[in-house]
Amino acid sequence: MMTNKSRSTLGWIGVYALWIVMTLITLIPIYWMFVISARSRVQLFSRPSFIISSFYQNNYIEPLTNPTFQRYLINSIVIATSNALLVATLAVLATYALSRWKLPGSDNIFFWTITNRMAPPAAFLLPLFLLYTRVFKLGDWTMFDTRIGLILLYCVFNLPFAVWLMKGIMDGIPIELDEAAFVDGASMWTVLTRVIVPLAAPGIAVTVILTWIFAWNEYLFAAQLTSVNARTITTGLAEFVTVTGTNWGEMAAVAMISMLPALVFLIFVQRYIVMGLTFGAVKE
Amino acid sequence: MRSNRTGWGLLSPTLLILIIIGLLPFLYVLVVGFFDWNVFSATGRPSWAGANNYRRLVFDSDFLFSLRRTFAFTGIAVGIEMVLGFLLASTLVQDFPGKAVFRTIHALPLLVAPIAVGATWRLLTIPGLGLVPFYLDRWFGFDYRTGSYATHAFVTTVFMDVWHWTPFVTLTMLAGLSSLPREPMEQALVDGANRAQVLRFLTIPMMMPVIVTTLFIRLMDALRIVDEVYLLTGGGPGLSTHYVGIYIWRAVLPRTDYGYGSAMSLLVLYLTIVLAWLLFIVLSRVGRQQS
Repeated sequence: MMTNKSRSTLGWIGVYALWIVMTLITLIPIYWMFVISARSRVQLFSRPSFIISSFYQNNYIEPLTNPTFQRYLINSIVIATSNALLVATLAVLATYALSRWKLPGSDNIFFWTITNRMAPPAAFLLPLFLLYTRVFKLGDWTMFDTRIGLILLYCVFNLPFAVWLMKGIMDGIPIELDEAAFVDGASMWTVLTRVIVPLAAPGIAVTVILTWIFAWNEYLFAAQLTSVNARTITTGLAEFVTVTGTNWGEMAAVAMISMLPALVFLIFVQRYIVMGLTFGAVKE
Repeated sequence: MRSNRTGWGLLSPTLLILIIIGLLPFLYVLVVGFFDWNVFSATGRPSWAGANNYRRLVFDSDFLFSLRRTFAFTGIAVGIEMVLGFLLASTLVQDFPGKAVFRTIHALPLLVAPIAVGATWRLLTIPGLGLVPFYLDRWFGFDYRTGSYATHAFVTTVFMDVWHWTPFVTLTMLAGLSSLPREPMEQALVDGANRAQVLRFLTIPMMMPVIVTTLFIRLMDALRIVDEVYLLTGGGPGLSTHYVGIYIWRAVLPRTDYGYGSAMSLLVLYLTIVLAWLLFIVLSRVGRQQS
């Protein structure tokens, strides 16, 4: 890299200045969200101020003790985690095929996969709604308002992303490694689980965390394709915006709470993110 | 071992899900695009309209305006994100005290749901309540009002998007940069090249695959942005931040103008694919020439 040992003192001042400014810009909105979450409605509409004079705990206590909200949180965790695992598994299989087999039309399949992420979501609400309420049904059961419905739906925009990311990672694993294992008489399944997956593990971790975040944050479909049972935390957030006015304090508190699982997840896997994406970019 | 059957077998679960939940609705939208269908119309049933919806599109000045705005927004926001992300990532390749802290804080915005991002930024910028208008007025005497000035609203949405998505670019760029082999760059520096030349002729061409992937993902997501902007500005003032995702959403949901919404959606999808394809060709050609 161009960053060899010889960065000048001036260069270092620049680097630190850049990062301090970036950190401030990053933190101000989040801190502001925290400030709002600590205020009652009355305090909120006074003069803007950075200081939290008194902490209005009700904003946190009320949603946290509310069974509906707890269900939203559990739904979000279940949906995002299942979706991330499912997407990562499918993407590993698919990109292994795309990278190792010369399938007829595989370039087109790859590109088509990606186009699934490009469509503006709103127009697809109606067909998906019809699909979920009229087509996928067994007796009284329909896919509408189920966790599995959202888990499968999120595959449509997470799989393209995961396939794109994993394709680079798969292409980066030298084909000689699988060839050698095949010569030693290993089956394809053994090669995949013992050679490919361990080598791609960091990349898989990246795929999991990023798809997890995308699924965790999705709102539009979650709001339209669920009603009671499978509502997620983002739809819960939107429910604070009501006709009688927005309950900003509780909304901010819920937003803060909803960041926590992702934050824990991120800190654990951040090492892998850097390693993982790194591996994906090793090419040629 | 490498029979095509096995290959298709590995691909099939992915294709199956994408065909059922991606392609089927797409075909439905494709068909509905040829119908005039508004639940609130006299009949409430779809009636064949041929290419009328598409004809309507071309003359819908609001839609075309919103499309132009979307491209302007995407171009500026993604442009800033790519450059800033690359710059930040290139400082992170080397170890320095505090790096882990900076990196973790930098990734925080990714964890905030877009809908909460929109709400937070709205609270930051609401006149009378928000910090931004308050301090801009107090320190600079600047009259900042996202509700009244189109430019202010537009710039705020760009700034919000940059705030939210630069960390994503930084992460992918960092990964790409730290995986590059060091020898060619060091050799070039020894041979008397300056840093700018190394960046221009070695680092950027070698980073091309990562840059293209990141750019595409950002472009796709920025072109279909809805929730953040809608909560921040409500698409206003006027139509200034009524980006195409919002425009389609508003046509489909409260107005239930399904036929027209489908047609708009397909046009945007088509434009995105063409844009991606063109960029792909241009960038891969530039990459090949330089390396």
